[in-house]
Amino acid sequence: MTGLLELDDIHTAYGTSLVLFGVSLEICRGECVCLLGRNGVGKTTTMRSIMGLTPPYKGRVRWKGEDVTGSHPHRMARRGIGFVPEDRRIFSELSVWENLDVAQRSAKRPGPWTIEAVYALFPKLRELSKRPGGVLSGGEQQMLTIARTLVGNPELLLLDEPSEGLAPVVVESLLAQVKRLKAEGLTILLAEQGLDFSLALADRAYVLQKGSVRFSGPAGELRENVELRDNLLAL
Amino acid sequence: MLELLDSGFVLGQLRSGVTTAIFLFLIASGLSLIFGVLRIINFAHGSLYMIGAYIAWDTTARLPGYGVSFWASVLVAACVVAVLGAVVERCLLRFVYRREEHYQLLFTYALVLIFSDAAKILWGTEAHSVSRPHGLAGSVELGGVRFPTYELVILAIGSMVVIVLWLSLNRTGYGRIIRAAALDREMLGALGTDVSSLYTTMFMAASFLAGLSGALITPIRSVVPGMDVEIIVDAFIVVVIGGLGSLWGTLLGSLVYGMVLAFGIVIFPRFSIFAAFALMALVLIIRPWGLLGRPIR
Repeated sequence: MTGLLELDDIHTAYGTSLVLFGVSLEICRGECVCLLGRNGVGKTTTMRSIMGLTPPYKGRVRWKGEDVTGSHPHRMARRGIGFVPEDRRIFSELSVWENLDVAQRSAKRPGPWTIEAVYALFPKLRELSKRPGGVLSGGEQQMLTIARTLVGNPELLLLDEPSEGLAPVVVESLLAQVKRLKAEGLTILLAEQGLDFSLALADRAYVLQKGSVRFSGPAGELRENVELRDNLLAL
Repeated sequence: MLELLDSGFVLGQLRSGVTTAIFLFLIASGLSLIFGVLRIINFAHGSLYMIGAYIAWDTTARLPGYGVSFWASVLVAACVVAVLGAVVERCLLRFVYRREEHYQLLFTYALVLIFSDAAKILWGTEAHSVSRPHGLAGSVELGGVRFPTYELVILAIGSMVVIVLWLSLNRTGYGRIIRAAALDREMLGALGTDVSSLYTTMFMAASFLAGLSGALITPIRSVVPGMDVEIIVDAFIVVVIGGLGSLWGTLLGSLVYGMVLAFGIVIFPRFSIFAAFALMALVLIIRPWGLLGRPIR
């Protein structure tokens, strides 16, 4: 396996409030890595740091070996990093199709994920294609936000809390769809609070606590070792 | 008041209201577009209109063969102002996007003062006028009312701008990106759009419209210092009535304001400006986000 993305001791702050204190992690091509931790430990900030939305003030971000620290978000997107934000950020007044079209034109990365292909993965979106994004249900918006990032044909997908606020049935089908993406060879970094969703998918896991990595290892270890799990993640 | 019973008179006022509305729309649409996408209130937008007028007057005077030269100078004025707008955005405005609103207001107001003095240095303080282009100096009679031909041309150009703006925003890929930028610029950037170059393009397009309207108004009104501030006040009334950031709102606001000016002068001769301000105050009380705007979240 070859290293796709590498974070080397990154420190990130919002203004004067420090959030990340030296996070290092590595993601290899084809892997599904999950970023675990309670609310507010820095999972979203880690993703925002990778994407260049909140660049780290210290440490390095490397993409395929190249130092890309401090790159603009649009450059990261065009390099092949797709960000699916936790709050979905659908363009509410644009239709479903327009949301996808804007994303495709923005990333300028032609590939297998065309609008037709994402409609095949999420058939519901085809039915809704003329509806404004703002009127979709939570689950539909979650599909749209993933689909919107997919049409940019990313090599790495940053999925921030995809199951949050969704009904269990919806989470179930979402899980199946993300599994399909993984099976097709997409590299995924998944941030989650809940273990069920993430451990069902992940090969490896990093657990964050107060802005730094407290555990890293195979996901199976967290699945089996209850004591470790409770220690790191219990509320 | 009795004049209102005369249909010819009413049509005449309607005509003058529509002409005013077109110029207001050309100006205010740029202001509204800039606010909708860049989230900046650009006081200097009226200055770009004034500079457009001066350049059109200056170029017309230099070019031989009036008639062709007028339209050529309109184009020159609009393009020069568009480039000027792009320079202002790239070199100055981009440093104030993250500042607080009152800072941005002061900043663009400073630009108003700078441009106004620069215009006085370059073109003097006396009033200049441009005569109507060849072939368009006369008038056409429609339904018992004489319409100056030039105003009909303005009507055609104005309607074309409305249609082109609507089509480009709603029926083109770039327009969809612009609408997305107005809704969530950070997300759009994370999807791969270079939002900062989009801003420059938007500012350039809005400046083009300002320069265009400044150039087109020269045969109707004289080119004088102070026309910048006068138009920006009108344009703000329009966008407040119609709703900042909304294209149809800007069109509606322009028409309403144009009509209030045209008919207000008959109904309450001394208070037509007051009527416009009263209307604006009323809109602000009932729908603070304008007739067709939407509340800012």
